[in-house]
Amino acid sequence: MSAGDTPLPSREQILAALVQKQGADAVEKLQKATIAVCGLGGLGSNIAISLARAGVGRLILIDFDTVDITNLHRQQYKMNQVGIPKAEALLQNLEEIAPYVQYEVHQVKVTAENAVSLLQEADVICEAFDKADAKAMLVDTVLEKLPQKYLVAASGMASYDSGNAILTRRITDKFYLCGDGKNDVDEVVGLVAPRVMLCAAHQALTAIRLVLGLD
Amino acid sequence: MLKINGQDVNAAGKTLESYIAEAGFNKVRIAVERNGEIVPKSKYGETVLADGDCVEVVNFVGGG
Repeated sequence: MSAGDTPLPSREQILAALVQKQGADAVEKLQKATIAVCGLGGLGSNIAISLARAGVGRLILIDFDTVDITNLHRQQYKMNQVGIPKAEALLQNLEEIAPYVQYEVHQVKVTAENAVSLLQEADVICEAFDKADAKAMLVDTVLEKLPQKYLVAASGMASYDSGNAILTRRITDKFYLCGDGKNDVDEVVGLVAPRVMLCAAHQALTAIRLVLGLD
Repeated sequence: MLKINGQDVNAAGKTLESYIAEAGFNKVRIAVERNGEIVPKSKYGETVLADGDCVEVVNFVGGG
């Protein structure tokens, strides 16, 4: 039961609402899709919530870390979740937001060695790490070992620069890159929710477009 | 002459490995696209740049 003591909407009601707002063709394609989100920080938690709301059928969510107090200003966690694993905390929040999505969560660090087994069932993979070398590792590994997958990565969302500098670029047939490409969190001041969310929104929208065949 | 990140560069005959080092890129923070394909890091040493190549070095920055 929800807070107001009225029953939660049924799966059928949620699907009907999605069809009303997103179109039957898109909802059918999204329901059949599996999307992986690697890293559940400022990018990944926002990407996952967007995709869950949009009715993606299955989400593979991966993060090794726990929620820290310095995450709360931009990541989709709550104060009472500080200290618990992000994979577990995000699953709790997603089960409240969109309980009819199939979630598969992994509390592990993605490496060149385990990436294939973690990601082989995904149609689209979103790279949402914070460290530049981890980003490069995942891009290299996916494009070499899983070349049939779509990969949507991110680089550059720190600073208070204009949001209009955040773009989506297609680098190869299967590889898309979102962000301003420039502002490194270790070199500029400011990692602020709306700019991180803009980049996450670019990634989530690109993933949805790819599922819909709009490359 | 070939294009790297949109600039004409005279690097034909060099390996990707040596171009990356000379240009000052940090190898662990980049991905390299050459003529529409990603070059795996393990192939940088054997990939010889040729006239007419179109290369993009994607330099990742931190934050997420």
